[in-house]
Amino acid sequence: MRGGEDLGPTGRSPAGEGLTIAVPRGALLADTLDLLDHLGVDTAEVRGNDRKLLFEEVGIVTMRPSDVPTYVEHGAADIGITGKDVLLEAPERDVYELLDLGFGRCEMVVAARAGDDALGESLRRLGRVRVATKYPLIAARHFSETGRQAEIVTVKGSVELAPLTGLVDGIVDLTATGRTLAENGLEAVEQIVTCTARLVANPVAHKLKAREIDSVIGRIRGAEA
Amino acid sequence: MIHPIPPGTRDVLPDEMRELRTIKDRLRQTFEGAGYGEVGTPAVEYEEVLRTGDQNAASAGYRMFDEQGQVLALRSDMTIPVARMVATRFDDEGPLRLSYFGQAYRAVEHTSGQQREFLQGGIELIGVPGVAGEAEVIALTLAALDAAGLARHRVGLGDGALYRTLLAALGVPPENQAELLRCLAQRDLVTLEMRVSELVLARDARDTLIRLPELRGGPEVLERADGPAGDAVDGLRRLYAALEEKGVADRVILDLGLVRELSYYTGAVYEVYDPAVGFTLGGGGRYDELIGRFGAPRPGCGLTLDLQRVHIAQAAEERLR
Repeated sequence: MRGGEDLGPTGRSPAGEGLTIAVPRGALLADTLDLLDHLGVDTAEVRGNDRKLLFEEVGIVTMRPSDVPTYVEHGAADIGITGKDVLLEAPERDVYELLDLGFGRCEMVVAARAGDDALGESLRRLGRVRVATKYPLIAARHFSETGRQAEIVTVKGSVELAPLTGLVDGIVDLTATGRTLAENGLEAVEQIVTCTARLVANPVAHKLKAREIDSVIGRIRGAEA
Repeated sequence: MIHPIPPGTRDVLPDEMRELRTIKDRLRQTFEGAGYGEVGTPAVEYEEVLRTGDQNAASAGYRMFDEQGQVLALRSDMTIPVARMVATRFDDEGPLRLSYFGQAYRAVEHTSGQQREFLQGGIELIGVPGVAGEAEVIALTLAALDAAGLARHRVGLGDGALYRTLLAALGVPPENQAELLRCLAQRDLVTLEMRVSELVLARDARDTLIRLPELRGGPEVLERADGPAGDAVDGLRRLYAALEEKGVADRVILDLGLVRELSYYTGAVYEVYDPAVGFTLGGGGRYDELIGRFGAPRPGCGLTLDLQRVHIAQAAEERLR
């Protein structure tokens, strides 16, 4: 997406020409960089340096996945890649959700201690369930939509710990293979939503850099076909 | 000792105020020069009045009781108060050109970095129906921003009723229409595509519904809208021709997926962009039924700008020189 293309009179970004792309560090990074390679973006330096955050020459800025909607909404990046879980948890961020990229597939689940029915018993006897999560919005919506009263406890660290210590009856968390759950004696009891990586865009960039963004979408769609 | 002010509000010190005033003066001169007399309305209105204009009271965020127990609300836009004023204070004769500058208020997420109190400036053109009124408002806004020192700004132009019209024309069941319109308003094109793919429709019809929000750019966009979409963009085609006559069409981005959240828009909707700012600089549209909610019906259209964002764009423009 850099070089070669005519950017028109309004094409400007912090990286000079071309689009600025918000790239998520963590589980989505490897697939995201493979995708960018395919689009002709030089990701060698990003792969080689995991301390540096801003790669101006190639228009890449790296960050936590949950920060991607913030940078893109404010136009600090024109487009970005992040998980659907992040977007569901930040509905107030005004960004275009353009493409389901298919990779990074995970399930958002309700999980509880294997072998007993802590959630059911708590609901029956105490009138509500207590649930720990890093996704308070998704969790609250899920229990509200399924007609159950829930107390949502927001935690920042390893959420699997919460039901083991009696803090809560269950958790709402993202799981890819279920291994972390199983290792902690937990099992998924309800599926909430399947989450994959999404391509998002700033609403102003979506209009002013329409050609560049459409070219990215076209090439990603072409690669899928 | 620090005495806080609410997040999303600000004190303005002399340097910023001087620059803001210059921008305001230049916009005002352009508006006045085109015959748009400046008006003012109170920052607080009866909540019921705002609700008459828009069932969500235009998302007013702050309400209070007065000494008689009436519910007051801080205005969240200027168009509804101006519509109320026009219906109440002006005779129903001839076109009316008005401009305004004032603070409006919205509730914000605590940490979102957005403004709770923001300074708006804009114009309303009452009594001039159709593309003549719209082309005048768009061309004048572009000229006012030129005068304020911007150079790279663009106006996005869409039809707020277009997707709804298309859904009906293609025979999408009413129970599915609301969901698709919600996806479009939330800019969630992934879910939109998924839901459209599930509909029992001809392949062409599904493609049209999926592709429409991607159609934005120059006049070629109108060519690419075919079938029922081609008929539905007829209004935009005429407006674009009127803008060509005014010599501003090259600064307009046709956007067939554009929708705006306020319910009083009845046709064309506009947004203002500048590459230096990640948010829209402003927006507006045609509201032919709004004034009729307060009195005798009169067509109207208008465009409003967020002056703090215009200031950011102007400062960026200065740095480029």
